[in-house]
Amino acid sequence: MDSIISVKNLVKDFREVRAVHDLSFEVGEGKVYGFLGQNGAGKSTTIRMLLTLVEPTAGEIKIFNMDLKKHRKEILRQVGAVIERPDLYKYLTGMENLRIFATMSGIKISEKKLMEELDRVGLAMRAHSKVKTYSQGMKQRLGIATALVHDPKLIILDEPTNGLDPQGIADIRNLILHLSNDLFKTIFISSHLLSEMELIADSMLIIDKGKKVVEGNVKELFDPAETIVQLKTTDNNGAYEKIKKSELKKFLHDRNPECIMLKLHRDEVPALVKELVQMDIGVMYLDSRHSLEDYFLSLTSGQQHVEPFKN
Amino acid sequence: MWNLLKIELLKIFKRPRTYIAFGAITAIVFLVQLALKLDGKSYIDLLLSNLSGSFEFSGEFKSKLLNGYLVCFAILTTVLIQMPLLVALIAGDSIAGEANMGTLRLSLIRPVSRTQYMIMKFLASVIYTIALLTWMAILALFGSMLIFGTNDLVVLRSTGIDQIAAADVLWRYVIAFGYAAVALTTIAALAFLLSVFAENSIGPIIATMSIIIVFTILSEMNIPFYDNTIKPWLFTTHMVAWKGFFYVKATDDGVTISGSVANLPAILRSLVILLCYITVFVFTAIRVFRKKDILS
Repeated sequence: MDSIISVKNLVKDFREVRAVHDLSFEVGEGKVYGFLGQNGAGKSTTIRMLLTLVEPTAGEIKIFNMDLKKHRKEILRQVGAVIERPDLYKYLTGMENLRIFATMSGIKISEKKLMEELDRVGLAMRAHSKVKTYSQGMKQRLGIATALVHDPKLIILDEPTNGLDPQGIADIRNLILHLSNDLFKTIFISSHLLSEMELIADSMLIIDKGKKVVEGNVKELFDPAETIVQLKTTDNNGAYEKIKKSELKKFLHDRNPECIMLKLHRDEVPALVKELVQMDIGVMYLDSRHSLEDYFLSLTSGQQHVEPFKN
Repeated sequence: MWNLLKIELLKIFKRPRTYIAFGAITAIVFLVQLALKLDGKSYIDLLLSNLSGSFEFSGEFKSKLLNGYLVCFAILTTVLIQMPLLVALIAGDSIAGEANMGTLRLSLIRPVSRTQYMIMKFLASVIYTIALLTWMAILALFGSMLIFGTNDLVVLRSTGIDQIAAADVLWRYVIAFGYAAVALTTIAALAFLLSVFAENSIGPIIATMSIIIVFTILSEMNIPFYDNTIKPWLFTTHMVAWKGFFYVKATDDGVTISGSVANLPAILRSLVILLCYITVFVFTAIRVFRKKDILS
């Protein structure tokens, strides 16, 4: 499979601060590639380097097999992007905004085609309203329309669901799936929500403090055998001793003052619950999540509950 | 390129705040014209008060003095000093305003080079400046010609007065407005340069005005040391050189030579200095912007 994006040993320093450390990754054609990390992990800096907004300190970026520095215009002609908030010209209408960005992308586009683009993101009815009257979700969708208006092969979205309500998040998710599944676009999407990426991404990369932590195929990363169960009981110490002496011992993974953690296959969770009840353990709370999610939470909360995830 | 320029002009002229400057100029010109229409005699008396000891002016001469050309000259002398602020409002906002709105990053991820983008932004600011001056010319010159009529223009100088025949005035205004456009473009270029360093347009606007105030004070001060060292190189010294088009040569008998300009080389030298400033400001702005990390 051809790589649409190929990043090698990318480094970015802001004076004494190293924002991105020796980052390398590849994005395959026609895939949705999730780029995850907590706020300040270096996602936006990396995306800005991919879009020539920020000059890398070192490293190589190739998009469509072309060097980004040497073929900037040629590459950007085939790239659409929304970076963080969809900031647009609020005193202009949605249609005027779209026309501006279409023209800047070097394409001549008819009013009819612009309207079709707005219709695709559900804004045809508000095409001639000023953007300042739009809701956050509408602005986000218009931002995506500006990224799609020149029919790019690669779409880069930086936290596109930030600040949206659940319906807005679902709308964006469906749009991304439509772009990928029906129009075969390659999508590079950053987020700090692992659950969102799990739903839409084919592959993902997690970075922390500018360094790569995990990269891989989503199906492999979310291997059901890597489910972590968090257990809180009426007596955690007593429950831990009972589990240690039972058949469930093999599932014991970790413990802390608040809970006991067990690692098992997702299909084994119902049997675990049944066994705990039979052992007369007073279960107060039980939560099962994937070990990757658990690890990601430890990154975002700044606490290391479990050993770093190793793929 | 033309499409990009059209976009920049659309952004400027679709913005309500752009018209504040046009409104301000309309108000100032109207107020000056109204005051002179109602009480022009007092203004003429005041104007001639410094010369009344050396010359005696007849009532007929005084009545001819107040005409559209003189009113326009009076307006230009006062309003052109205030116009840099109106120009800085737009030019200072050109890059910093986009950074502040968050639209700069959306624009720079398009297949447009940063140099192209900057040139179009600057050209749009220049077109705005020319539009503002044209509006002022329409109101101050043609408006005053309609209201007060035309006659010879009398311009006061420290050395005396220059009387320019009515038929010899209009071309001087056309060139003077052209020169004023270059002078104001210098301000636009300065604000444009400062705009590159900021992510909020207030900073470049205030910085531009502060530089103009400091330079103007230095230009106006009569300190011999500055007269020969700094003053000849300050752009503020050369911004008022448009007045030179209204200073004419005279024969030994004191008769004004039609079509003459008293010190054309000095005006041309000022023009070249302003053009150099514009080039340096714009070139530096582009150079800095090409290397700038866009983090807004």
